[in-house]
Amino acid sequence: MNKLRSGLKIIKRKYFPLVKSLQTALLLITGIAGYMSARCPVHNITTVLGLAGSLLLSISGSTVLNMWYDRDIDSIMPRTSKRPLCTGETQPKEALIFGLIISVIGVGWALFLDPLYGVIIFAGLFFDVVVYTIWLKRRTAWSIIWGGISGGMPVLAGRVLGTGQIDWVGITLALGVLFWIPTHILTFSIRYHDDYKKAKVPTFPSTYSFQTTRLIIAVSSVLATLAFGAASYGVGLTWGFLRLLVVLSAGLFILAVQSLRSPSERITFGLFKYASLYMLSTMLLMFFAGL
Amino acid sequence: MKKISVLDRILLLITGLLAAYQISFGLNGINSLSTWSYTVGFGVLLVAGLLLIIMGFEGLNNQSVVIVSALIPLSLSLGLISEHASQFTWVYSIFAIAGLIAIGITRYTSTGKFAALILSLVHGISGLIIVFLPILLSIQGLKPTGYSFVGIGGALIGTGGLLLAFLKVGRPLLSERSILTVLPMLLLLMTAAFVYGFSFS
Repeated sequence: MNKLRSGLKIIKRKYFPLVKSLQTALLLITGIAGYMSARCPVHNITTVLGLAGSLLLSISGSTVLNMWYDRDIDSIMPRTSKRPLCTGETQPKEALIFGLIISVIGVGWALFLDPLYGVIIFAGLFFDVVVYTIWLKRRTAWSIIWGGISGGMPVLAGRVLGTGQIDWVGITLALGVLFWIPTHILTFSIRYHDDYKKAKVPTFPSTYSFQTTRLIIAVSSVLATLAFGAASYGVGLTWGFLRLLVVLSAGLFILAVQSLRSPSERITFGLFKYASLYMLSTMLLMFFAGL
Repeated sequence: MKKISVLDRILLLITGLLAAYQISFGLNGINSLSTWSYTVGFGVLLVAGLLLIIMGFEGLNNQSVVIVSALIPLSLSLGLISEHASQFTWVYSIFAIAGLIAIGITRYTSTGKFAALILSLVHGISGLIIVFLPILLSIQGLKPTGYSFVGIGGALIGTGGLLLAFLKVGRPLLSERSILTVLPMLLLLMTAAFVYGFSFS
């Protein structure tokens, strides 16, 4: 019993911080919402658990591998310098093995559930770890597009698992996430501009300008709300839910325009937080639409 | 400025959830203008509540707060007029739009007495409609007694809106700290009264 307890303590201390819990939870919710948007029978608990388990492992695996590869730049940036791979709490080899194991189990489980679903999950992991993190992140600010594409994979995968095919609603939902990513990541890169500069990671604020970045955030917010609006219509959301989505989308748009008109740290941070809340709310609406 | 507390955040979250419920489920079987007017009113409440949770009371420093706090009573009163006194819809729509524009202009071009006068006029008329129209309809038996809770909500929003608006134009009726202390509870009670009252419509 004591061994088990100490084992759990080690996992909590050394491995849990390697999983970006909020990011993982949000992506997991998008996957489940994508599945529910297909109006699947919710009593199919085995499939729901399989979806949640495989997604959780795959997303966590990709964040661990991401953290493993980025440990050198994480050590330079004050915001990330307390991560266990930077402090030496977790050894790089341990993190790599942990990340690979949970990724393989997650993708394997996904392939076992449904081959097409598994392929999309694998594509998400591949785009995030190989294309975004390893290949492009340190080369170009535009790498976030690939980060966005991988971020859109869970919702598409969930939808595919529910419907058995790739349909326009699933693609539009994934596009919604893709367009939402700049609102989320670019506000972050504005807020932690000095950190990224110190680590020599190209970002939109450093490559272009703060004002251009804010313009991109505003435009991508509009595109995200349009994509989610179209997808919600395709899913068959009730008029009441559609009205609620319009209200939440208007909030995101107004905040993005406000950040463009009178930029400040407070507005930028507000937009960052609201964007997460917006995504969560949109996905909850998709979820409830499926009930 | 007063720091937002955990309790304030909880109250604002419940307010937002109630407003979201009203937008999603509480606006059926009424005409389009009323539906969208109520949607704007409750939508502003929802988004404003979320922004206060995220940004704290410092979010109220924004210049547009006066306009936003007028938008709630104006849109709700327009919805009521369109639903129950449709012959006045056009006249009241013009008043609502002109009132909002006037508040916007005076907010950026003038302070002091004139801005306060415009604010009082717009808040006063829209507030009176939200308070007395539902109560009148209940007394006349055209609506169940519970519908008069919309009027109570109107009285609360009138109070909150005026407190906030006069604070922003530099003529506070109460101290800023007192207003911010009661604001989350006032918003919650007001939204609850509206949601309960509208359930009888």
